[in-house]
Amino acid sequence: MSFTNTFLNGEQGLFNADTLTPMQKITLRFVVVGLVYYGFAVIEGMIMRMYEINPLPFVNEDQFFAILTAHPLVGIFGSTYAFVCGAFLFLVPYLMKKPLWSIKLANWNWILIAIGTFIFWLAGFISHYSPLYTLYWPLPADFSQFSVVGGTFFIVGIALVMVGAVFFIINVFKTIVYTPEGWDKQPGGALLASAIGYSGLRNLLKKKSKQKEHLVSLPVAAIARGTVDMALNSGIILFTGVLILVYMVGAILGFDLKETAVDALLYKNWFWWGLDLIADGLVLIFVAGTWYLLAMLITGKNVYMQNLARAALLVELIVSWTVWSHHLLSDQAQPAMLKVVSGEMVTAFELITQGLAFFITLATLWMARPLKMTNELKFLLGGLLGFALAVPAGIMQADVGLNRILHNTQWIVGPHVHVAVLIGLTMTLYAAVYVLFPILTNGAKLYSQKLANIHFWFHLIGGIGMGAFMGMAGLKGMLRRTLYVEGEFNTYMILAGLSGALILLAFLAFFYNIVMSVGLKGVIGIFSPAKLKTKDLVPQVSD
Amino acid sequence: MVDSNMVLNGQTIAYTLYCLAIILVMGWFSLRITKGGKSKKVNTTLFYSFVVFLVILGVSLHIITYNTIPWTAMDLNRGDYIPDRTFNITVENHKFKLPEEELIINCHELVLFDVTSNDLTYGFGLFRPDNTMLFQMQVVPGHRNDILWFFDKPETYTIRSTEYSGPRGIYMIEEDVVKVVGCDGALTQ
Repeated sequence: MSFTNTFLNGEQGLFNADTLTPMQKITLRFVVVGLVYYGFAVIEGMIMRMYEINPLPFVNEDQFFAILTAHPLVGIFGSTYAFVCGAFLFLVPYLMKKPLWSIKLANWNWILIAIGTFIFWLAGFISHYSPLYTLYWPLPADFSQFSVVGGTFFIVGIALVMVGAVFFIINVFKTIVYTPEGWDKQPGGALLASAIGYSGLRNLLKKKSKQKEHLVSLPVAAIARGTVDMALNSGIILFTGVLILVYMVGAILGFDLKETAVDALLYKNWFWWGLDLIADGLVLIFVAGTWYLLAMLITGKNVYMQNLARAALLVELIVSWTVWSHHLLSDQAQPAMLKVVSGEMVTAFELITQGLAFFITLATLWMARPLKMTNELKFLLGGLLGFALAVPAGIMQADVGLNRILHNTQWIVGPHVHVAVLIGLTMTLYAAVYVLFPILTNGAKLYSQKLANIHFWFHLIGGIGMGAFMGMAGLKGMLRRTLYVEGEFNTYMILAGLSGALILLAFLAFFYNIVMSVGLKGVIGIFSPAKLKTKDLVPQVSD
Repeated sequence: MVDSNMVLNGQTIAYTLYCLAIILVMGWFSLRITKGGKSKKVNTTLFYSFVVFLVILGVSLHIITYNTIPWTAMDLNRGDYIPDRTFNITVENHKFKLPEEELIINCHELVLFDVTSNDLTYGFGLFRPDNTMLFQMQVVPGHRNDILWFFDKPETYTIRSTEYSGPRGIYMIEEDVVKVVGCDGALTQ
């Protein structure tokens, strides 16, 4: 096939959007949104990497901090939420062998994520609203630095994404418990109890002969438990957004509410509790669940120590509600008891729960060897390595003594945050994309294995390299969330920038590979209404 | 006395060795799972040993740092100490308002920095001339932000805000304003 033909129709013309079910189309729409916003985040990241080496003439300082504010939010909400929502809205019904509760709600889910992300990104781009994702009070309401109108649109954009997330939460839980038309009545309460771990917990207190079977599979249990954290953090972020909006509306109407009753430390505790339900909650739980699912799909076998894996997910959920104080170890007014118990001790449990998930996944793979080194397997191994590197880095900084000299340095955002997100989380998501690709496209063929290999190695080396060089700068005192205009840390920043360039190249290789696999017509076709009117997840093959 | 540079050097060595080890293990694992092998079982003893190892590692890190990093215990119990000197510093409109007298510290003095913000959340950190950090803390409005530090080396430090407080905050730098004098070979006033 000619280049033009492949570009338009995809590799060997195998992908035909008309053959897709509504569920396949919705899932692919999520993937496209996630990919586009991942591209945004990578380009923004590269602009900041270059700016850290030498300020760019077309970006002023206000713009830089607006990018710094939008970058993690676009990456997490615009990209990761889109991937996760799309994948899990497909996988929950796929694993439970029943249709999704509401396709309409799923459609609104991706639309709200796409629109909401674009609105807050654009508001930041135009108005330079830049209180960062941390929103430390009263910075988001400091209208001597920021535009109140820009801020209002920014917060509305975030709120729309959260409403999209709420739709996801409703859809996941309803799908678990509901009875599809024409089916026998499903035990909704028992299914829910199994999904969130209540029945498993009761089993621990019963004799073996009286223990009940798990009604949902391990990956569905992981998705449900991560979704509990998603529900809680959506509530916190929505509430905080409303609070900030009250101040903004006040400012628009001419009232300055800045000095009123909000306590900055209480707010910081509240907001970090919510934010940590993402970073130390749903991300870790979803990732562990995805590892188990991938290991099961790759090996065709059950997960090693399945019951313990299930219990560890429940422990992780409870741990995620009690670890937020590790973000406040440098806040001197924070009670010492909270610093030690929540900030240090409970946080250390994440080493255990994530370590267990790591071991269980590796053991599952080991027992099924020899395995073929497929794309999904190599990206899964990359994801495991990412968390093996990033979690210990996080445990080190969650120490009262070390935090005193690490907090807000590049160490935090390099070896911990970026290695966790780029290597641990993103490579796990890529593994899921590679494994779901033939299922979602009805057997389309990947355009180039060479490009897939480039994607893997460039992303892995670039991600680890960037984290490492940022970390080295952090250990030499380089702060995050600021600028060094005299090139104080240029050696590290140049090396981190080169590593970042590898990540960008990896993304371009992947993006090109996917577009050439399904073709431009295929990409456009994903967004047209489905021709198959069915609730089935994939087309039924007639004998 | 152990200082931040020494702690961070130790951390660099430990974490680098760990990273190299885990990368090698994962590389070895990736090669091995593509090949068949005699034993395909994973012993549960190995699994439970790993769990115990993680528990010991997670807890021992904090016990070790509590007993080896000198500022940890002092920080958690700083109400029990009587400082030799106290500096009251105010922050407002992205500016540090330092005491009128110079911030001169005699060697081996225990010093309390009491920093108050009148508007936003800021940070407060001391940095050496080579930009490495001595310590930092958050400065939250409406709350007491105090840090106790023992100085035993001759040095001149720059104060810098270590928390983002909007684009204006990046210029919150007071160069060479804290001086430690009186140590052997020390700086003179």
